[in-house]
Amino acid sequence: MKALLVNYRWCTGCHSCELACQVKNDLPAGQYGIKLNQVGPWEYAPKKWQYSYFPVLTDQCNLCADRLAAGKLPSCVQHCQANCIQLMDASEAATIAAANPKMLMMTI
Amino acid sequence: MRNSCVSSSLQPRLVVDGAELKINEKGMSYWEHELPWHYEEDGFQVTRGSAWSAPGCHLGCGVLIYSKDGRVVRVEGDPENPYNQGRLCPRCVAVDDIINHENRLQYPMKRAVEDRGLNKWERISWDEALDTVEQRFNEYKERHGAESVVFLQGTGRDIAAYISRLAWSFGSPNYAFSLSNVACFGPRIFASMMTTGVFMIGDYSQQFIDRYDNPEWQCPAITVVWGNNHIVANSDGAYGHWVTDVMQRGSKLMVIDPRLTWLAAHADCWLQVRPGSDGSLALAMGNVMIEEGIYDKEFVEKWVHGFEEYSALCAEWTPERAEEVTWVPADEIREAARLLAANSPALLQWGVALDQREDCVFSSRAVLALFAITGNLEKPGSNVVGPELLKYITGWGRELLSFDAEEKRIGTDELLIYKLGLQVASINKMIDHMIEQPEDYPIKASWIQTVNQIACGGVDNERTIEAFKNLEFNVFVDLFMTPSAMAFGDLILPVTTYPERNGIRVGDGTQRGETINAAVPPLGECRSDMEINLELCRRFNPEAWPWETVEEMFSHILSETGLDFEGVRETAPSYLPFEYNKHEKGLMRPDGQPGFLTPTGKVELKSLGLEFMGFDPLPTYNEPPMTPYSQPELAKDYPLVLQTGARQHNTFHSENRMSGRLRPIHPEPTVMIHPDTAAELGVRDGEWVWVEGPVGTTGRVARAKRVAEVTTAIDPRCASSDHGWWHPEGDPENLFDVNEININNLIPWTTGLTGVGANYKCILCKIYPCKDGE
Ligand code: SF4
Ligand code: SF4
Ligand code: SF4
Repeated sequence: MKALLVNYRWCTGCHSCELACQVKNDLPAGQYGIKLNQVGPWEYAPKKWQYSYFPVLTDQCNLCADRLAAGKLPSCVQHCQANCIQLMDASEAATIAAANPKMLMMTI
Repeated sequence: MRNSCVSSSLQPRLVVDGAELKINEKGMSYWEHELPWHYEEDGFQVTRGSAWSAPGCHLGCGVLIYSKDGRVVRVEGDPENPYNQGRLCPRCVAVDDIINHENRLQYPMKRAVEDRGLNKWERISWDEALDTVEQRFNEYKERHGAESVVFLQGTGRDIAAYISRLAWSFGSPNYAFSLSNVACFGPRIFASMMTTGVFMIGDYSQQFIDRYDNPEWQCPAITVVWGNNHIVANSDGAYGHWVTDVMQRGSKLMVIDPRLTWLAAHADCWLQVRPGSDGSLALAMGNVMIEEGIYDKEFVEKWVHGFEEYSALCAEWTPERAEEVTWVPADEIREAARLLAANSPALLQWGVALDQREDCVFSSRAVLALFAITGNLEKPGSNVVGPELLKYITGWGRELLSFDAEEKRIGTDELLIYKLGLQVASINKMIDHMIEQPEDYPIKASWIQTVNQIACGGVDNERTIEAFKNLEFNVFVDLFMTPSAMAFGDLILPVTTYPERNGIRVGDGTQRGETINAAVPPLGECRSDMEINLELCRRFNPEAWPWETVEEMFSHILSETGLDFEGVRETAPSYLPFEYNKHEKGLMRPDGQPGFLTPTGKVELKSLGLEFMGFDPLPTYNEPPMTPYSQPELAKDYPLVLQTGARQHNTFHSENRMSGRLRPIHPEPTVMIHPDTAAELGVRDGEWVWVEGPVGTTGRVARAKRVAEVTTAIDPRCASSDHGWWHPEGDPENLFDVNEININNLIPWTTGLTGVGANYKCILCKIYPCKDGE
């Protein structure tokens, strides 16, 4: 099984993944294979802020099988401006997620 | 080369890994590509090139344009391009939405002067359009002098050079940037020139083809983002997400911003400065460094001029005094100064916020001084002089303008900076001139290319519209019908987008050899900006424009590099040789002596150039003219400090709003206010409100509609608004709603302290809910 692993410490909420997927898969405006969510900002301690973005896969993600077959990165991964998302085998993703903070792992 | 922060063992594939590095006879390096710049892939045509406007920003990211049957299907980042390394911001990812948009202009159109404001455009041929421009501009030139025709641009992208050359070869000195007091980039460049003699940029390794792997480069120990949100704005040649690249490689982060941006929330130190008070903050940080002796004494001793006078100025700015002015607690100022002093190399990522106040020349110098006294100039990972292929900022074709014509350039008699330091005319003075129309110097016609000034850049629409309606003939060149063209255009010429035309990329920041390559034929009868200007200029001044095609023209421009258009295209992107520490090696000055490019050869904290011009030679703090402190009476009615121009991921200034893919990211204009302020004003999140304020000291009041974004990201005493708004889907005869939603209506066309820098980011306002039906 494949998984998308996000190091959400770095996701800046730039929306490139959303649109790279939408354009590549020719989805209509307003529909996404990966969709951004925002949590925050709020101050939970003096000068400590909760302010994070989370890209989340939808049912319309097809894992970019055609791109992978052609030796390319998935469109969302290639265009991610913070280099913070990767598609990989779920077992490998689980190992990385278990060893590192701020990881979001999604299987399909 | 490109890292993933998810797992370092999983590097995205980069074709250039293992590719051969070549060096041409000019010492420029490039990767040997496996494929040519144009190739086929799975039934698509793929064109590799640079994305350099329109639409688009200042960066010119490397792109692969996928097309089929002459139509752009999608644009991808070019993984082989060291600049963006396969990434793109959403604007280029979804650029096909703009290229293929049903509302794009497709042929030239004219409209009778009496029908200005009405949607009564009539299609005409290119011959008729260009004949009309030629004939009418020449008539005005004969009757009133070439200076009666003005040439205007928006933000400077690749088209700027061709507009300046058009103006100057026509004989008019009145080539201008439409932003009030050139309040973007130019002021910081000027301030830097007056300090170091050069303009320096933050060193993210962008000058090296092998980027972060280059052995000479060092990762900054700290990146200081001052008045900039470049992960959204992608400003001044710096790809915004290089900051996350260097942070992932260990750089600390300091952010000076009135708003809690994503960067601010993830910084080691965030100073929430009052809009417009940055100069005071910088001097107070200098105060702490000098007091505590934590600056680079060796560098100061050797390379700084005026340290004593600067120290005396800083001595006046104790952190306690600065706290009152900047609203940043004194202890935080101390900690920030110590953090900067303790981390070297330090990279300065400063932004347009520093240009958008009247005292920009002085406050920018105060910021730069901190990097001078900590020795953060010209060493790896600090701030460097980017290699330059061609002069870009200064315009093209200056030699074509006669001395007599130059004498008439608007602004030069009153504003010394224009006479001595700039080549453009003052737009602020030009607007006055257009309204007053002095008998001995009337303005009759305008050429308006790459700008939609009543939606963006320009200020005080009431005055702007009056000014342009006073002219007899206004010509627009654009992709779409805009509010400005609807309001006062008489002729409009349709241009191509970047995938439909050729061009050369010589931009701001570090220059590299790149070309913009046509992937598909132009839509309808569209022509590129360069083709239009070449054709027109050949009519006005054939000797100045001896080229048959734009490609010949590009090759001519490139000739001083020893390359031609085809040559640059084959090897693009190619990188120029680069050296650190030029001032030590005698590589900065034309006389070959060590030192900076200033009269003293040192970094001039006390500037001889400014002194010569009669300005304050020190980076003194000046309170902006429209603040609660400078206008306590007005502030009773308009208590909030408003900053405008907040950037959004989906738009570049007034562009992109017609895109169905991009618009949902930020569908309407917004104003950020604090929950406490919102509660006091009876405003709910998501509700439409009016932002109202005095138009400077004109005695008039203006307002703009916004959706309230109620958030703790802003100080309760402040508000922050985005800019560039119009509704492309709105009624053209209501000027696409621009007069209701343009926040720049609250800003006056005044010239301020020096004639450069305008208060886009520190004015006064009040906010109240819209009534039903408004
Ligand atoms: S892997 Fe492909 S299909 Fe899935 S979200 Fe990313 S771009 Fe879309
Ligand atoms: S492209 Fe990357 S950084 Fe941008 S929103 Fe998506 S995951 Fe976040
Ligand atoms: S920063 Fe965005 S708009 Fe600018 S060239 Fe790069 S992808 Fe295009």
